[in-house]
Amino acid sequence: MELVYAVCVGFMSACGIFLMLRGHTFTLVIGLTLLSYAVNLFLFASGGLTIGAPAVLNGSENYADPLPQALVLTAIVIGFAMTAFAVILAMRGRSDLGNDHVDGTEPFDRLAAEEKS
Amino acid sequence: MYYFWVPFLPMLGIIVPLLTNKLSRSACALATAMLPALALCFILLDLPAVFAGQSFSQSIEWIPQLGLALSFRLDGLSALFSLLILGIGLLVILYARYYLSEKDNMGIFYCYLIMFMTAMLGIVMSNNMLQLWFYWELTSISSFLLIGFWSHNSDARKGARMALTITGAGGLALLAGIILLGQVVGSYDLDVVLNSGELVKQHPYYLAILSLFLIGAFTKSAQFPFHFWLPHAMAAPTPVSAYLHSATMVKAGIFLLARFYPVLAGTEVWFVVVSLTGLFTMLLGAYTALFKHDLKGLLAYSTISHLGLIVLLLGLNTELAAIAAIFHIMNHAIFKASLFMAAGIIDHESGSRDMRQLNGLWKYMPITATLAMVASASMAGVPLLNGFLSKEMFFAETLDQSILGAMSWLIPVLSTIAAAFAVAYSLRFIHDVFFNGEPKGLTKTPHEPPRYMRVPVEVLVAICLLVGIFPNYTIGPLLQSASLTVLNHPLPEYNLALWHGFNIPLMMSALAIVGGLGIYLNRKHLFKFSGMFPAIDAKIEFEGVIQASVKWAQKITGKLENGSLQRYAFCLCFFALLLIAPPLLELDTTKGILSGTPMNGAVIVAAILLIAGSLATVIWSHYRLIALLMLSLVGLVVSITFAYFSAPDLALTQLSVEIVTVILLLLALYFFPQHTPTSKSRPSHFVRDLAIASLIGGIIGSICFALMTNPLESISEFFLANAKTGGGGTNVVNVILVDFRGFDTFGEITVLGIAALGIYKLIAGMRLSMRTKDHDGRLWAKDKYPVLLSVVSQSLLPLFLLISAYIFIRGHNLPGGGFIAGLITSIALIQQYLAHGVDWMTKRVSVSYRYMIAIGLVTAGLTGLGSWIFGRPFLTSWFEYVSLPWIGKFELTSALVFDLGVYFTVIGATLLILASLGQLTTKERITEGER
Repeated sequence: MELVYAVCVGFMSACGIFLMLRGHTFTLVIGLTLLSYAVNLFLFASGGLTIGAPAVLNGSENYADPLPQALVLTAIVIGFAMTAFAVILAMRGRSDLGNDHVDGTEPFDRLAAEEKS
Repeated sequence: MYYFWVPFLPMLGIIVPLLTNKLSRSACALATAMLPALALCFILLDLPAVFAGQSFSQSIEWIPQLGLALSFRLDGLSALFSLLILGIGLLVILYARYYLSEKDNMGIFYCYLIMFMTAMLGIVMSNNMLQLWFYWELTSISSFLLIGFWSHNSDARKGARMALTITGAGGLALLAGIILLGQVVGSYDLDVVLNSGELVKQHPYYLAILSLFLIGAFTKSAQFPFHFWLPHAMAAPTPVSAYLHSATMVKAGIFLLARFYPVLAGTEVWFVVVSLTGLFTMLLGAYTALFKHDLKGLLAYSTISHLGLIVLLLGLNTELAAIAAIFHIMNHAIFKASLFMAAGIIDHESGSRDMRQLNGLWKYMPITATLAMVASASMAGVPLLNGFLSKEMFFAETLDQSILGAMSWLIPVLSTIAAAFAVAYSLRFIHDVFFNGEPKGLTKTPHEPPRYMRVPVEVLVAICLLVGIFPNYTIGPLLQSASLTVLNHPLPEYNLALWHGFNIPLMMSALAIVGGLGIYLNRKHLFKFSGMFPAIDAKIEFEGVIQASVKWAQKITGKLENGSLQRYAFCLCFFALLLIAPPLLELDTTKGILSGTPMNGAVIVAAILLIAGSLATVIWSHYRLIALLMLSLVGLVVSITFAYFSAPDLALTQLSVEIVTVILLLLALYFFPQHTPTSKSRPSHFVRDLAIASLIGGIIGSICFALMTNPLESISEFFLANAKTGGGGTNVVNVILVDFRGFDTFGEITVLGIAALGIYKLIAGMRLSMRTKDHDGRLWAKDKYPVLLSVVSQSLLPLFLLISAYIFIRGHNLPGGGFIAGLITSIALIQQYLAHGVDWMTKRVSVSYRYMIAIGLVTAGLTGLGSWIFGRPFLTSWFEYVSLPWIGKFELTSALVFDLGVYFTVIGATLLILASLGQLTTKERITEGER
């Protein structure tokens, strides 16, 4: 099961990073969100995979590791704040610059401008 | 003991000229002089104790762990320098009062000047090396301001920049040297460092420390090959040249050599490097000075030559040489300052500094001429003047050394030659300017300066004579106490008398005077000879180097920073890869020793959904809505994964965040094009990104696998064991959040609040067009708020709130808590916005979400502070079980109040983000005015 979990985390990271490297802001935000899912799963796994033993004290011997869970819980909320900030920044960029490319100009516009000058 | 206040008085005095600038010029000058004069009095009061051989130091601790302290000392050497700095400084203030014209801003000038004085005093009185360095850099900066005082003049700007670059770079080298020395000795305290000479000299770092210190000293004191900045600094107003470039700043390098003499001197390297640098600089300066037509140029090169002489003395292997060096520091400061002032007077009253125009001034300004002639005689080393005494001592010491082995005789011979040139240029200064025919082409008729402008020169020349005739009575004790500090042990016998009998040094002096006469008489041939060499303008060379390095830097910056975010992101990923990959390659196998958890069907289905969802997000990323839907699928499976692997809190959080995120992105999508334009990026970039993403993904997966299959020591046991007894709750995750790591959580909700406020500001004033049709050209639905949705959502609201209250209260013991409850409440409210619209909600909800964030943060913060009342650290939690009739036993805990703060912050932040965004299309939208 660990192997499958690790493959999933790796695959999601790769997809997230690939989208993050794209040239349009909305795609980038999607990529960031995907990457943060992967990172949260990764951090969560550092405490090992436990089934059926939540870290709620009830007298039994075995509990899941509570520390990564606490870390990831806040990471999820902060991740939301970051995603929100990124997407609103992207909107502001589109509002002020008139396009939604991460560099502020579409590459072909830039090339055309360079050729003109 | 008053000395501790001495560095502070001028510091206070920096603002005095600015305050009194409106008054008359004399009043401003007088007010400016007050505090330095007081400081001078303080030094004089402490002088008897210093003469008795005492040295004082006093400090105020700042950061003892880093060796930082405000620490000043007064010993012979610092007393001598303080007297020079304050004494000549006062004379310069008086002189500048008459020198500056009506057009110059005198207040600013004095302000810079006093700032410089503060810095110099700081250097000589610091008892902490780092503090010394701070003042050292302050002299560079204030001298930059002073040299560039006439900033309309291009030469002044360039000269100032050159001086700052050279001395500033030297200062950085000095800082490195100081840090190394501090590491070796283990302290930055001069008291300790000065007594660790043996330790330092035997340390392997000694050579590095010495080179760095020498670079610092040689740049500041204009030694070859760094000497070229000094002549260009002559673009400064003459009072600055008299003060900085003769008496004080250029002596700072020499002061450094003298101050660290007990620590760094005494080795073979020191003697060879220091003495040869000094010797060469002395010869070069003396030779060049003769050919300068500019009065100040001549004096500048003469200063370089004399500085070389002092450095040479410090490099000679005898104690008497060090004494002679200190003696010459004083003498040179006095006669050179007076000469600069005389040159300034000539310039001021005749309108020129060119010796080809200035001739026969004797007739026009006999008193100034007499003063200048006495001072230049002292510069030449004529008997009965102070310059003669130290030069005699210098000659004697050049004879008494063996640095160059069998070739040691070179040093006295070359010294005599340099002295002959000194006589020649001094003669030129006297003869060309005051005699030698009539002035040519002057713009005005020369005349004597105002009475008080001459006073500083008269005072200095009088000191030249007094010291020259009665050395023991005037300068004796000061020289003795300063030498004692430099050598750091009892002094050898030395005699300051005027007459030592007929001996070799006297012959050398006589030879130099005769030789100088000969050189001056044959100057026509020499001028012709030196004219054959191509003239090198240091300014052009220097600018060339600067421009080349600027171009080089721009090229690199342009390469690295081409404005493409994609490229930066790629570089970031690439370097992350470079950093992570090598340690992984050293692992033999990824699989650890732990036996895995068995597979089952549900996991396989989830894994397939995750992978397929991610892949679909990538593949359909051009169709933004579909990509978003695929993304939300991934998010859902992630929350199920959390639930499956025993993390109910995470599952709840992820689920509610997922809902909020998707609503947010959907809202945002309304303002974006629905499709990403088909890729115009180059195919090579596509492959490049694919490769790096796969590599990093592979690495993350490998680490994840290794992490899960290897045994791990963690501190989690502590939390499991103490959650109930220490935090009073059974949900360990929640207890960690609100209790053990409460401070982290406090930080995190603060970040959340800041992000929300940032978003609020970004939304304010955003101008986005509202589209009337969807992507396929259809009009939006007329039914904006479907009845079914409004009815259902309204009736669901109390249920939602009840659930969130339940989740909140049980959070300490069962899955739940402030974060989750806050998110559930937010979702309930967002649903109302969706169902009824912004107007409807604004009428009913009068709470400002910004205040809600603030209330949440304040609640959490005050709960933390509350523990201070009971004398406990910030955020210590408290809990008690109480029982009430009918309700039964229940728990009261301060963590619950903290969690309430979290709850409010989460609601405030989430709704501030979503509601502000939702309002964009309505008349409720935030406008610039609300910023």
